[in-house]
Amino acid sequence: MIFVTVGSQLEFDRMTAAVAAWARARGRGDIYFQTGATKVDLAGFERSALLDAREIKRKYDEASIVVAHAGTGSIIECMSRGKPIVIVPRSARLHETRNDHQFATAKRFEKRAGVFVAWDEREIGPLLDRAAELAGGARIAPYADDALIAALRGFIAE
Amino acid sequence: MSNRGTPRRKRVLAVSSSGGHWTELRRLAPAFRDAECIWCSVRSEMRAEVAPDRFELVPDANRWNKLRLAWSALCVAWVVLRTRPDVVVSTGAAPGYFAISLARFVGARTVWVDSIANADELSMSGQKASRIATLTLTQWPELGPPLPADPRARAKGTAYFAGGVV
Repeated sequence: MIFVTVGSQLEFDRMTAAVAAWARARGRGDIYFQTGATKVDLAGFERSALLDAREIKRKYDEASIVVAHAGTGSIIECMSRGKPIVIVPRSARLHETRNDHQFATAKRFEKRAGVFVAWDEREIGPLLDRAAELAGGARIAPYADDALIAALRGFIAE
Repeated sequence: MSNRGTPRRKRVLAVSSSGGHWTELRRLAPAFRDAECIWCSVRSEMRAEVAPDRFELVPDANRWNKLRLAWSALCVAWVVLRTRPDVVVSTGAAPGYFAISLARFVGARTVWVDSIANADELSMSGQKASRIATLTLTQWPELGPPLPADPRARAKGTAYFAGGVV
């Protein structure tokens, strides 16, 4: 199953539409869309505007690959499961978010195992065509870097 | 003087909005192990997630809806007043900024951990928070100097690097 998620804030129809078009062209029905307030026609696909925490965790668990906006929540959920993720940065110019921080996020996380970037919607299909080759990285620890934890513990104790 | 020699456990208020901000905040949990941690965020289902720790629900808001933003700020103020934290920690965004700006009125020290999403520059709320927070941390070494071990060597308003949530 491919899990497609736009995160908890805003719709991301450019990504949603591109995945739906790819799925129809390939005859794929094993896709779950979490879309926000979408205007994309998703007839025939399982979908939801928003999922609660437990449902969304189940979707991450069940998916063989995830397609998501380049949000840290989506990326971390996949990295902690060792699951491959295709991330698509939201563009400020297209009013998909307020600034281009998702491009910066994508650039940094592209270096991490299991994270693949579709820099625009045209790159999503070609990546999904070779989904079988896109391997997840090693599962990351459930907590932040030891150094960050230690710094915060120190600060709290001061 | 019944507690002489054993300092009272610190009370930490850990605040964020939902999505990635919350995911990042939760990954800091081991830092609060010796404290009494109260979590504060915007979705009721998080209460079960943090149990047995205490959870305070506040309304979600972003910069695009001023009325909701004001209501959210009032609710966060109420939480800060009621919980009287020693330390406020936030990974963003709006609710965390409110909590940090209100914390000074209850004498709490504050730390803003800017989201790992902000890899090229500090977020807008992070830049605002850095002017009032006791300590500001970035998760990218390119965006700030290493955190000095000695608190007196830290400059307010500077974002320091001490590691990331991933």
